[in-house]
Amino acid sequence: MTTTVHPAEETQVASTVDTPTTAATAATADPVLTGAGTAPLVERRGRGRKRVTDSLLPIAVFLGLVAVWYAITYLVLDPDRRFLMPAPHTIVTDALLDGPTMDKILPALGRSIVVTFTGLAIAIVIGMVWAIAMSQSRPIERSLFPYAVALQCIPILALVPLIGFWFGYDFPSRVIVCVMIALFPIVSNTLFGIQSVDRGMHELFTLHNAGRTTRLLKLELPAAMPAIFAGFRISAGLSVVGAIVGDLFFKQGDPGLGILLDNFRARLQGQELFLTIIITAALGFAVFGLFGWLAKVAVGRWYDQSRDAG
Amino acid sequence: MSAPAPTLSSARPAAGQPGDLVLRFRDVAKAFPDGTVALEGVDLDVRRGDFVTVVGPSGCGKSTLLRIASGLSPATAGTSQVDAERIGYVFQDATLLPWRSVQKNVELLAELHGMSRTATRQAALDAIDLVGLRGHEKKLPRALSGGMRMRASLARSLTLDPDLFLFDEPFGALDEITRERLNDELIRLFAAKGFGALFITHSVSEAVYMSTKVLVMSGRPGHVVESFDVPFGAERTPELRFTPEFAALAGEVSHALREGHS
Ligand SMILES: Nc1ncnc2c1ncn2[C@@H]1O[C@H](COP(=O)(O)OP(=O)(O)OP(=O)(O)O)[C@@H](O)[C@H]1O
Ligand SMILES: [Mg+2]
Repeated sequence: MTTTVHPAEETQVASTVDTPTTAATAATADPVLTGAGTAPLVERRGRGRKRVTDSLLPIAVFLGLVAVWYAITYLVLDPDRRFLMPAPHTIVTDALLDGPTMDKILPALGRSIVVTFTGLAIAIVIGMVWAIAMSQSRPIERSLFPYAVALQCIPILALVPLIGFWFGYDFPSRVIVCVMIALFPIVSNTLFGIQSVDRGMHELFTLHNAGRTTRLLKLELPAAMPAIFAGFRISAGLSVVGAIVGDLFFKQGDPGLGILLDNFRARLQGQELFLTIIITAALGFAVFGLFGWLAKVAVGRWYDQSRDAG
Repeated sequence: MSAPAPTLSSARPAAGQPGDLVLRFRDVAKAFPDGTVALEGVDLDVRRGDFVTVVGPSGCGKSTLLRIASGLSPATAGTSQVDAERIGYVFQDATLLPWRSVQKNVELLAELHGMSRTATRQAALDAIDLVGLRGHEKKLPRALSGGMRMRASLARSLTLDPDLFLFDEPFGALDEITRERLNDELIRLFAAKGFGALFITHSVSEAVYMSTKVLVMSGRPGHVVESFDVPFGAERTPELRFTPEFAALAGEVSHALREGHS
């Protein structure tokens, strides 16, 4: 008989083994604060308190960072150079609450969102069709997989000028950049998901003479859904990057967030620049979160996501 | 041309008579491309109403035997002949699709065979009843115990009402109590349906308890070294395990198993 080691146990063992320093400090410091490296007994006893500290810690870090930020603004920078790192509250007062600034940022945000989701949708369709085609036929896989890898290896940024050269500098080009950046994770995850279907399940379908299409629709695609959604989530983040990068490069047409970032930088508008960065980051978080939520709705019922989180 | 096109039910051998041959192996051998000879000269008959159990050391080719019988993998020599309209194959693990509920999992095979929606539903409900999973239809496999998963897997095969049932150590991963309970349920199903069964197990006691015939295989290359007819009637109760006759037969099978192993 073989002993199967549950993945969770593996990681637990690993974390207790490779943290001798934490263990050493745990002897002196509050065992609850030192967290994962401590003995399970201590963890169990302090679980209620631990959860509270767990959520307080990032907040403490955040406050610390804000403090450092203020220190840089007021203690390090000369008053005439403070636009390099404007104090947080001035970002709110001078940019967020400033009508004309928001009148620039919000439409730009809207345009970038449209580019992001158009690009992502196209990447999802192309990527899944591409991966499904490869999964169904060896020759197709042989001939097309190298190009998927190439897509991953070629710095897309190098192609951006060419894309502008061919397709102009407006919406289509921005979407194309977005698609190219977001495509690979969808192709590779879909293919991987389909190819990792349990052999026993395949044999079950073979025994009952299931055809290609039946097998794809009733076995391979459902089984691959967790991997496919993981790919979507990565690509969603990348498509935000793609939308901003396309913008930054083309610098023409109606401004999206990328153009705006560049304009504010050029005009030394520190508060506006920082606000735009924060909004761009928020867009990234939102898109990532959206797809995390979609994955949960789609496969969370039967697929234990915590298993591949580690 | 004058005979009416056979419908599915009329095409079946008059609901299968006991004694109809459903599986015949003659001198079957299997060599894998890497040179491993898994089976050599295997002769085997399974008729409706036979419950044939195969015991043998690990790696002697028992699973290979079933894969050949089911058509999943071809024999490299000899003939394997299947006279069953439908084959049920229960794997060692339940291989339930984790995204489908118990009901949907049990419906799968009927679905693959293109049964109508209502017939599929009905067949699944009947099978779920037979294996005692009523009330768990909506659960996902992850919410089931190992024994319940095996029941669901069994129910899935039952929907096709197979003439030949292949079992590859179906209860090997279960605890003793659950295993014995499932043994009894399977005997009950067998008595009710009268299919032919080829059952693989590592447990001599399970083999003797369940079967009408026990085959003992040698180590690789596997072939049948001894065959025991089991004289206990169709009715089997747990007390059977404590009778001297049972112990004697189990002893003989164990002995043959040890001989074949060395
Ligand atoms: N695809 C394959 N290629 C090469 N050798 C194989 C292949 N499949 C099985 N074998 C070998 O054939 C032999 C018989 O395998 P099989 O799985 O039938 O054994 P088994 O009797 O079912 O064993 P167990 O009781 O452990 O399940 C083994 O030695 C195995 O290593
Ligand atoms: Mg086996």
